[in-house]
Amino acid sequence: MVKLVYFAWVRERMGMAEEMVELPPSVLTIADLALWLAGRDEAAALAFANPDVVRAAIDKHHVSPQTPLKGAREIAFFPPMTGG
Amino acid sequence: MSEAGHISRHISVQASPFDLGAEVGRLTQSRTDIGAVVTFTGLCRDEAGQLSALELEHYPGMAEGEMSRVVAQAEQRWPLQAVSVIHRYGVIRPGEVIVLVVTASAHRVAAFEAATFLMDYLKTRAPFWKKEHLADGSSGGWVEAKAHDDLAAERWSAAQVPSVD
Repeated sequence: MVKLVYFAWVRERMGMAEEMVELPPSVLTIADLALWLAGRDEAAALAFANPDVVRAAIDKHHVSPQTPLKGAREIAFFPPMTGG
Repeated sequence: MSEAGHISRHISVQASPFDLGAEVGRLTQSRTDIGAVVTFTGLCRDEAGQLSALELEHYPGMAEGEMSRVVAQAEQRWPLQAVSVIHRYGVIRPGEVIVLVVTASAHRVAAFEAATFLMDYLKTRAPFWKKEHLADGSSGGWVEAKAHDDLAAERWSAAQVPSVD
């Protein structure tokens, strides 16, 4: 099981701030996970409608879509940051 | 307190406001080696009366981590003696402070450049998101990231590439 956390409009569209999921063996990278979530239900399909816009972090570090998920404990999805 | 020659670092993600004078004092007190302090304060604008508040969401843990990583890069790049970065979260009203960067160095150029670098990198890397609340009571939605913020951050990596000429 891995913990998924969502922020800002990704969280609102998912309808939850976090969840625990069992990853299918075919889901190996961040891009795979986004695609798998988008196909899961309508809320996730809306959140990941434009996967290029959604950013990701593994264990609180920025990662690219090609990053492998192996060993991840917490995977985050969020929009481009607007702090400062 | 810091001994002369030692880099002191203060990083905070907090709901409460901060006092600029107190934060500068935190870095400079009991030291005689600092010759330049540059501060940047970001405030909430009212967008010509249309905005009643910003709501800042953050990723606890990663926000502090990313701020530390950006500060570490600045410390490697410039001869800094002290750095402070504070970012608020929660509901922030027009006129209130949002973010503070303080850089201290022996000379002004390092302090100016490092402060600009820190803000450019924080805007594109620190996990904070702004949602607008409008004066008419409605939600203005999430603030969109700006392409010019990405360009401002990218120019620092371009500056590291040696010229081919």
